Amino acid sequence: MSPNYLLKRLLMIVYTLFVVSLIVFAITQVLPADAATMMLGENATPEALSALRQTMGLDAPIYMQYVHWLGHLLQGDFGHSLRTNQPVGPAMFAALGRSLLLALLSIGLMLVIAIPLGIIAAVRRGKVADMLVSLVSYLGVALPEFVTATVAVLVLADWLKWLPPTGYVPLTEDFFGAIAHLVLPVCVISVILIAHVSRMVRSELVDVLHTDYIRAARLKGVSGRTVLWRHALRNALLPTITIVALDVGYLLGGVIVVEEIFAIPGIGRELIVAIQARDLPAIQAGVLIMAATYSIVNFVADILYAWLDKRIQYD
Amino acid sequence: MIEFLKRLLGTPQGALGLFIVLLIVAVVVFGPVIATHDPEQMSILSRYKAPSASFWLGTDQYGRDIFSRLMIGARATVVMAVLATIAGTLIGALIGTTSAFLGGRADEFIMRTVDAVMSIPSLLFALLVVNLLGSSTVNALVAVAIAFAPGMARITRSVALSVRKQDYVNAAIARGESSAFIIRREMLPNVIAPIIVEMTIRVAFAVMLFATLSFLGLGAQPPAAEWGLMVSEARQYMHLSAYILIWPSVAIAITAIGFNLLGDGLRDALNPRT
Repeated sequence: MSPNYLLKRLLMIVYTLFVVSLIVFAITQVLPADAATMMLGENATPEALSALRQTMGLDAPIYMQYVHWLGHLLQGDFGHSLRTNQPVGPAMFAALGRSLLLALLSIGLMLVIAIPLGIIAAVRRGKVADMLVSLVSYLGVALPEFVTATVAVLVLADWLKWLPPTGYVPLTEDFFGAIAHLVLPVCVISVILIAHVSRMVRSELVDVLHTDYIRAARLKGVSGRTVLWRHALRNALLPTITIVALDVGYLLGGVIVVEEIFAIPGIGRELIVAIQARDLPAIQAGVLIMAATYSIVNFVADILYAWLDKRIQYD
Repeated sequence: MIEFLKRLLGTPQGALGLFIVLLIVAVVVFGPVIATHDPEQMSILSRYKAPSASFWLGTDQYGRDIFSRLMIGARATVVMAVLATIAGTLIGALIGTTSAFLGGRADEFIMRTVDAVMSIPSLLFALLVVNLLGSSTVNALVAVAIAFAPGMARITRSVALSVRKQDYVNAAIARGESSAFIIRREMLPNVIAPIIVEMTIRVAFAVMLFATLSFLGLGAQPPAAEWGLMVSEARQYMHLSAYILIWPSVAIAITAIGFNLLGDGLRDALNPRT
């Protein structure tokens, strides 16, 4: 991996964030009411409005407002929430931390289930296990998170009373209580990921099992198990990294819905609250942080992939 | 055409998918005729009923017939999803084909920008657009279309790049045709097949995205019989009758599975080699 490639990838992240910042800024410009009207309400006097606009810099030309806003962003200042009047940045990053916990646990659970499932389906292609995996993956793709979440709450929390229905407990406060509250949301988020990834692992492994080097290994008398573990899986599992990274987009979308349903104070719920309240600085910060998370995860995945697969030489 | 249909029906996914999708189309077209009750007629005496001879799937929290609501709601859910997917695909296909045709720096610039837009999750993008335009069904349609365009642009571009190398495109360039003519008349028709496959699968996503928007209160508004909205309203009353929750969920799932299966079947039928 050349330093050139690294530099190019880093520049791409910068460009991505620049485009996202333009989109986010444009969206807040199109809104019929500006920030001053929102703070003072519909019945504010024109004098009060223009005075506030002047202090907030809203009377400047639009491109100057953008440059001003971007300048503050680069210094880590996301502005103050119109709703709570608190700095938006720290609140959003704290919320992101809670969401990342949810996301990482979901990815962990997904890997533990999806990879063995995909391997079994590929090895026993056309058998009952394979059919079962494709059935599960179709179901997983066909059920939106809000349906699985609602049904899960109804069955596991309301009927069986195994788990608490909604709410969030910090890990540091009550460890087991926190885990109990996280089980349902994590399961719901993993369903779609499991469906997607197990299907990908299956098709990759099926392809690899048909290559010449696997046939060669079989012909020289290597046992089936060794062929699978030493030769096939290594090559079949690599693309999974890229797929998981791309799935982070779905994951972030899913997190929004799941946090809303389970009342978890993560970045998704913060964003929904901000969107409903038209809290512009909070919306801007939330969308930028989500886009940055997605870009960074994909960057790390690319690097990891290139590092693990020596055949790939980027320049 | 007959040959193609035979291939499609030859795969289990294609046959089942086509059957489900035709069933859905039938419901969309004849829904109001099939419905046994007025979908908005409330009745205090017959609330939370289990399925019976008169209410085939039971009744909801206002005593409305769930079966009739599902039949009527198919239009709001499925037609909107199909329209949004088509609109998003058209925008995306145009961007992708143009990018592939121009090539070089312009292609690099367009694709990096598309990648950048894709870093915003499509649900979040749709939420932002709907919030901006105000929550209504039409605005939700625009939102989903815009959210789908970048992904479709990416897929179209990769297909179009292989078409770009074909002799008939070079011939058109040699003839001195304008770029717009070549993109519209020579390239677009040849990238359509793989795009239709992708579009079919995306309808399933659109159904779910619409349902999610309605569920979050930003799509269809009550008393519409939109399926996602029905699930959302059912949440408060699901302790009293699980049927209110289950049937619209099943309807969403069947629709999504149907379009997914049909997409997979079409893919196999269009690429006989794999």
